[in-house]
Amino acid sequence: MLVYLPIAEVSVNAFLLLGLGGIVGVLSGMFGVGGGFLMTPLLFFIGIPPAVAVATEANQIVASSFSGVLAHLKRKTVDLKMGTVLLIGGLIGAALGVVVFNYLRSLGQVDLLVKLCYVVFLGVIGALMFVESLRAIRRTASTGGARGPRKKHTWLHNLPFKMKFRVSGLYISVIPPLVVGVVVGILAAIMGVGGGFIMVPAMIYLLGMPTKVVVGTSLFQIIFVTAFTTMLHATTNFTVDIVLAVLLLIGGVIGAQIGTRIGVNMKAEQLRILLAIMVLAVCGKLALDLLLTPAELYSLGTDGGH
Amino acid sequence: MIRLLALLLILAMPAKAEEIVLGLSRNEVAITATFEGSDILIFGAIKRDAPAPDGDAAIIITVAGPDEPVTVRRKSRRLGIWVNTDEVQVDAAPSFYAVATSDPLDEVLRASQDLRHRISPPTVIRSVGANVMDSHSFSLAIMRIREASGLYQMHENAVDFEEGTLFRTSVELPANLTEGEYTARIFLTRGGDVVDVYETTIPVKKVGLERWLYNLAHEHAVLYGLMSLAIAIAAGWGASAVFTLLRR
Repeated sequence: MLVYLPIAEVSVNAFLLLGLGGIVGVLSGMFGVGGGFLMTPLLFFIGIPPAVAVATEANQIVASSFSGVLAHLKRKTVDLKMGTVLLIGGLIGAALGVVVFNYLRSLGQVDLLVKLCYVVFLGVIGALMFVESLRAIRRTASTGGARGPRKKHTWLHNLPFKMKFRVSGLYISVIPPLVVGVVVGILAAIMGVGGGFIMVPAMIYLLGMPTKVVVGTSLFQIIFVTAFTTMLHATTNFTVDIVLAVLLLIGGVIGAQIGTRIGVNMKAEQLRILLAIMVLAVCGKLALDLLLTPAELYSLGTDGGH
Repeated sequence: MIRLLALLLILAMPAKAEEIVLGLSRNEVAITATFEGSDILIFGAIKRDAPAPDGDAAIIITVAGPDEPVTVRRKSRRLGIWVNTDEVQVDAAPSFYAVATSDPLDEVLRASQDLRHRISPPTVIRSVGANVMDSHSFSLAIMRIREASGLYQMHENAVDFEEGTLFRTSVELPANLTEGEYTARIFLTRGGDVVDVYETTIPVKKVGLERWLYNLAHEHAVLYGLMSLAIAIAAGWGASAVFTLLRR
């Protein structure tokens, strides 16, 4: 069934969009990533103009993250306090990021920078997670499931303004989560994504939060970041396509519910290693795009947009 | 008085020996939510006051979408990676362009006539002031990319032209159509020269829900944004509620 999208001005197959939304929704619920870094390239591929794809994707992520958070709230795996601290940092970061983005755009080559950002961050994060979770799996296999000593005292624990994050079981300074929020916010604004795939590893490895809580908390803050992005795109570029969004989010919200249930039944190490593989796969694809000779050297862009 | 003047003016003009009379299967194209592209049947006849003159007659039909500026970028390899290095602003290229002819184009149209009437695709792309050496290859790139997506079409021998009088063809408008005034031009050529031209417009516009959403997005952007968010939140909540019910 073909549907004409009023803002994107193309006809697309409705069932294809429902399916895409569903797959990305499952990943979103499982890993606590918004899925924007997967969905946006997929939308480009089926012929949606980039500006519309990025803006509409933000709106769809609001829906799937909200659906996912509700499922996590029932299981009490959302650290609202930590989420709020991260969110405050995130919004500050996003505002800074927009300034940085506009400065880079005035220099030209912002597209290249975004792609390089993707490749570097996805590559580093994916590789680190992959190695770490592989080690964790080996360890549990050899010691028969006994947990290794996880909590170590580092300089991070000697910072002032300590706060109790009961759900995460942490008593740490608010400075590290705020800084993580700001950095992720900046990157998210530059790269045009919710930032879940950076936020999740940062929460696990930098803040030492338990993996189960990380997913729900990440989704919680993604809702607000992407809602903010949606409004920004809708009012400045007029590029949110509501018909496209509805088709994607119907699949997305159902997928998120299924994903959350899969995620809850999996071991933390398995969850992390799967996320690492996915991140590395996207990174590899982007790196190949930059390295291989493209089939078409020319590309067209019509007025304004991105 | 004005009518009389007009009549006198018509009488004063040298009567054309041959004239195109045209019909269209539809006067406008409405883009609805389930728009899957559309066929337009273009048909007509040649009206003559005298027997047909010598020389082979042919029909060329073009349908063009609204002109728009296009930025064409070219990648090249720098430090091992492919980056956009050159950029050309093309002043105007039609968003859609189809040419249908009754005979191979180069046999029925002189190059000079092509340039004058801007018939073949390379002549309709306007590009001036390009600051790179081979700006022509950028125009070619527009044609190549748009041809691949069905926006530029070239159909030689696709016009039925019977006994030098009646002609018909159908032009397929793809589903990824943009709004605007589309122009259909019909050329009658004889011995490579254009003898008569007929031009008409076909408005293509969104209707119904598509129209409403488009207007809302542009005229009440804040409301539209909030509506999008409300739908997202409602859908997220709805799915969660349904799944909770299912698990009971």
